[in-house]
Amino acid sequence: MSNAHNAGFTGYLQRDLLLAYRRHGEAASPLIFFLLVATLVPLGVSPEAGRLEPLAPGIIWVMALLATLLSTEGLFASDYQDGSLEQMIIAPQLLAMPVLGKVTAHWLVTGLPLTLVSPIIGIMLSLPSDGFIPMMASLALGTGCLSLVGAVGAALTVSLRKGGLLLSLLVVPLYMPVIIFGSATVQAGIDGLNWFAPLAILGAMLATAVALCPLAIAGALRLVSSN
Amino acid sequence: MQIEGANGSGKTTLLRLLTRALEASSGSVFYAGVDIDQCLYDYREQILYLGHQPGVKLNLSAEENLRWMSPASTAPEAIVSALADLGLRGYEDVPCYSLSAGQHRRVALARLLTSRAQIWLLDEPFTAIDKQGVAFLEQCMQQHLNQGGAILVSTHQDLAITGVRKIRVEPADDAGGF
Repeated sequence: MSNAHNAGFTGYLQRDLLLAYRRHGEAASPLIFFLLVATLVPLGVSPEAGRLEPLAPGIIWVMALLATLLSTEGLFASDYQDGSLEQMIIAPQLLAMPVLGKVTAHWLVTGLPLTLVSPIIGIMLSLPSDGFIPMMASLALGTGCLSLVGAVGAALTVSLRKGGLLLSLLVVPLYMPVIIFGSATVQAGIDGLNWFAPLAILGAMLATAVALCPLAIAGALRLVSSN
Repeated sequence: MQIEGANGSGKTTLLRLLTRALEASSGSVFYAGVDIDQCLYDYREQILYLGHQPGVKLNLSAEENLRWMSPASTAPEAIVSALADLGLRGYEDVPCYSLSAGQHRRVALARLLTSRAQIWLLDEPFTAIDKQGVAFLEQCMQQHLNQGGAILVSTHQDLAITGVRKIRVEPADDAGGF
């Protein structure tokens, strides 16, 4: 039985990574969005380091959140349309495992690249050098939370044709704690304080989300498919 | 067993109830004398459901799709030969978005050859399939029945299979109590 659960997780992880690779233009769009919007901020605010510095942690986090939100909508949409979601639901395994596989693939395709390119954006926004490591650490954990929580919203809105706005309404309130502790981590790093404390809270949020979100997503998908 | 009925009479609903993707508002489904809620995972290992949407990923090739939909232990040769049997020889590595609707359906139907499920639940399996394809599928179904399997198929066509029993679904009937 445990073997079957594993097959669900790794199978869907591999499949979604392969699909993302085949549609790399689409898969890269959150990353491109992240980079493009970051170039606009110095143009809109001011290229002066002194004025960008205090804004940088917050701006980086808001953009990471929006970039993740942008990509979350399609997480289950194509599976729903082509019928493979129904096959996933009636497969002889715990639905939470394939769901977790899909969300992990989503994080590997969006959250991880965002984390890896964030130093470039840090330079663009004149983030002080003490902030880089806390920024990457908090983004790595935080984008995991964003993917998981966003997937709950995506599952609930999968049957709606234009579910984007509703998805944002559902999910953004739940993103608030992540962004608060995420930017607090970066700020603490810049101020020379102990940034492990807010990071630990992010880690706790991620652990809770990993445990609970797949169950919520599975429930939501069952609910949607039984209509 | 063939399920017949007018459009909208509940054939798909009945099949989806049997996969337990839908919950019955009343009544229950029994498998080997046990309510399927009690043995859901064992039951689902025994069923193969093909719905209206074939569940074929357009960005994957026919071979990848079938490997994906088949049991993990299926040999690569079995996948290639199942595709060849369904007339998809030469299309194994072609991404499915360049295949036709009938070929998508054929990719999905190739699952019938790789699956070890005993109970086939087929919802309009012949949609978009040509005459030779239908004949081949009927042959597959006959073979599955001869090996002791069970098939529930909803279709408007008459099947060239021996011993078909027919159920008619009427709109007013309580399909959940089946």
